This record gives sequence, C-alpha cells and structure tokens, in this order.
Amino acid sequence: MAREAVIVGVGDVPLKDGRVVGGGSVLQVQARAAKAALDDAGIPMRHVDGLLVAGLWGVPGPGQLPSVTLGEYLGIHPRFADNTNIGGSAFEAHVAHAAMAIEKGYCDVALIVYGSTQKSERSRTLGGRPPILTMQFENVWGIPQPVGGYALAARRHMHEFGTTEEQLAEIAVATRKWASLNPAATMREPIAIDDVMNSTRISDPLKLLDCCLVTDGAGAVVMTTAENARAHGARAIHIRGYGEAHTHWSIGAMPDLARLTAAEMASRRAFEMAGIGHDAIDLVECYDSFTITVLMTLEALGFCKRGEGGAFVSGQRTAPGGAFPLNTNGGGLSYCHPGMYGIFLLVEAVRQLRGEAGERQVADLATALVHGTGGTLSSGATVILSNN
Amino acid sequence: MSEVYEKPQPVIDPGTKPFWDAAREHRLSIPRCRSCGKHHFYPRELCPHCHSDDLEWTDVGGKGEVYSYTIARKPAGPVFAADVPYVIAMIVLDEGPRMLTNIVTEDVEKVRIGDRVTVRFDDVTPELTLPKFTLDKD
Ligand SMILES: [Zn+2]
Repeated sequence: MAREAVIVGVGDVPLKDGRVVGGGSVLQVQARAAKAALDDAGIPMRHVDGLLVAGLWGVPGPGQLPSVTLGEYLGIHPRFADNTNIGGSAFEAHVAHAAMAIEKGYCDVALIVYGSTQKSERSRTLGGRPPILTMQFENVWGIPQPVGGYALAARRHMHEFGTTEEQLAEIAVATRKWASLNPAATMREPIAIDDVMNSTRISDPLKLLDCCLVTDGAGAVVMTTAENARAHGARAIHIRGYGEAHTHWSIGAMPDLARLTAAEMASRRAFEMAGIGHDAIDLVECYDSFTITVLMTLEALGFCKRGEGGAFVSGQRTAPGGAFPLNTNGGGLSYCHPGMYGIFLLVEAVRQLRGEAGERQVADLATALVHGTGGTLSSGATVILSNN
Repeated sequence: MSEVYEKPQPVIDPGTKPFWDAAREHRLSIPRCRSCGKHHFYPRELCPHCHSDDLEWTDVGGKGEVYSYTIARKPAGPVFAADVPYVIAMIVLDEGPRMLTNIVTEDVEKVRIGDRVTVRFDDVTPELTLPKFTLDKD
C-alpha cells in the first residue's frame, strides 16, 4: 500500500506581551516548540529522521546551516534535511517537501521548526539589508523594508481597482476580533475602522494597524505516515494538495504590483492536486504581514475575482460569525509575528481541524486552506488540509 | 561636499559598475538585449526576458511615469530621519523597465500614479551619483 504523509503534531511556545514566557535563546525556544509538537503527536524525538528548518537567526554563524545546527542541538541525526528559505511561506513549502520525502520512503518522521526571539533581543534587522548585489538598487532610496514594498503594491492596487484604505482596515478589525477570542494572542483589545484609519502613518497608504506585530515566537509541526500515526494513536490531518512558487525578491522585479502571481501559481497547483473546488474550503489561514497581503492573497487564491478583494472583505465578512472565517488565531496582525510567521498558519489550521480551538473554534470543519507569503510578496506556498 | 554622506551607498560590483559610472556622468544607462530588443533593469548577465547573453549598455532618455509610489512617514533608519516625509516611487521608464527611485518635490502629497517624470542626477559624494526623478508638472 502506498505511503500517505499526514500531520500528527503541532506545538508552539507561550508568549506574554509578545515575548517568550521564561525567556530563552532562539535554540531553546525552538527545542521547546519541537518537544511540544512531538508530545502532541506521541512520537519520541529519537524517531525524527527528517528536519526542516528556515530562520533568520544565527547569521553570520551557526544559523548559516540551520538544520545542521538545530539537529545537533536537538541530539538527532536526520537523514533528510530541508533548509528551504523562501521567506515566511517556507513552512508551507516544508510540508510539501516533507510529504514527498515521507511518501517516497526517504524519511519516516519529519519535524518542521521555526523560532525567533527578535522582540526580546530587539534584533529585527530586515531594514538593514546591506546594499549589495540586487539590493544596491533598493536600499539607497530609503525604502522602509519590508513595509515600503507592500505600500507600493497597496497603492497600485488602489489605483487599478479602487480599493480603499477603509477596506484594508476591515481586515485589521476582523483579525483583531479573532484575536480577542484567543488567550494566546498578543493584542486582544477590539479596534474599530477609525482606529486603523487614525493610527500612525508608516508608509502611505499603510498605517500602523495595517502592519503585523513584531514579537517572539516558536512553532513546530510533526509529520509521518498514516500507518505510523495509527501505531502511535495520533490523530492524522491529511494533506490533500500543495504548491509553491516565487517570482522576485526586489520589489522592482515583481511582475505586477497589483497581482500576487506567486499565490496564483501555488494555489492553482494545490487545488488541482486536491481535486476540489473553492466551495469545499471551510477555513482559510493566510499570511497577514500587512492588510494588503491578505486582500491580494484572497484574490490570487481565487476566492474572489481580481480587484474584488476590497468588496470581499467589507462588512466584516472575515470576522467571527462572518461568512468567511479567516486567520482565526488573530494572525500576524494581532496574535504574533516573529519574523517568519508561516508555521503558525499550519498550527492554527491543524488545531481548528481537530476541533481544539476553544472559543474561536469554527463549526463543522472538514477542509482548510493554508497559504504563506514570503519576502516582499515574493513567494507563495499553499497547503490544503482535511480531517477526513 | 562638506557633510559626510551617511546613507546607504551601493556596493558596486562588476555587473553594476557601468550603471553607476554612467550616473556619475549624468547619463542613465541600462542594458538592452540585442536578441529580443528589450531593455531591462537592474542590470543582469542574461536578459530576463529571453535569457540571451547578447546584451549592450545603452543610454536611455530618462523619462517615464509613476507606476506606484509611497510616502515614507517613518524613515528607513535614522539616516533618513531628516528627510521625512519623502517619496519612494517605482518609475516605468519609456523604454520599458521599472526602477525604484526617489521623486524630489516640494509637495509630497502631489504625486500621483501616471505622473510624467524626468531624471535628475544627485551628486551625493564625489564617487556616487544617484539618479532621482522630478515631476514634469512641478
Ligand atoms: Zn532578450
């Protein structure tokens, strides 16, 4: 019988005011998240033979070879490693790569891990990208990174389609409502459209409340075969389809600033593999680095037509009780955003599909779509998951 | 130039030197592909359109229009703090390629997508000239 790869465990670490509770180095917090996910799966660390890591830590230094360093730190000797780093969407791509490795028999238990202590260390450094190679044509102009690139896309989207700042604000408000239902979320106080509109202007048209948080965080996902999941008594979440793509890194090289091409490419393949249509998706978890990211992603994933994202999110349609549950943990906008957020999309989707999401649980779920975006609207990776 | 220029300066490499050399001479020069005829920017070793290596540096007109823009209300680090608010724009040159740059204007609120722009050269150090743009309507 063919091997089927499934997700059997997820884990994260508790945060308080955006910082990891109890503190810790970036290696410690990843080890805690890994242990939490393996405990959740009921699989011991010594069974892990595939390790998938992407991060922004320890560079220059041990983070240059992140899975090699983390494997050593965790006391394991992986025979399959994947250090694919395409930005915050890397972990959705890792699920795809681990699924292929597991189904091919190249490894049996895959551990995907991410962690960051950027908030505690005050080390967020994306703005300091050195002006070398391709970036010599970006940083010299004083473009705030990464928000400036997203602002350029937002402005272009508004120009082409009439999207408004109020429509972007709808996303921030709805996401905050979900966060208010999540005890683990960093920002839980409800906000109104006006609060977003009146928040500090950062890079027009994006304002403070259009932007993700800057927090610590760590998360992990464990995958194995369906057969092994049964042997350990773990509840399996099935992987129905996946896809990935990237189109540029420099914002100047983005094919079309009003169109998220990478997400179009990634999700098309994922839907084809799953053999289902959009109607079959009960829940979407998508990367929300900025409100515009969400709006462009929903269009690119095909939940609405190009240019109709503004109308789609209006009237709090993505809030609790709305027609389209989205980013149910409070997202990068209100839950946490430790640099590369994509791992938490997977963690939340799995918890929802298992019915473990507490007050924010979405009823009658069978199928969820997870989509990560990385870089400056650069990369996209989609995973379609189901609980049956 | 009496003040020290503290903003990021390009780390010029052999693939990009002709662009920066031309800028110092107040010329905007970008690669053009002899195979497909298209210009591109930033400069590459292979044409990003057809992947030919048959490229030549060509001076372009320095005219174009605003494809998108943002007004930085918060600076990209302390060295840009004195400039806030300032305009970062993506220009589409009349020859086709897009480039990121600044628009230099007294009134940042005035910039609109589609505005016609013309290059101007800022000699920020004796070695470095930055091609920025002005609004034709200014
Ligand atoms: Zn060509």
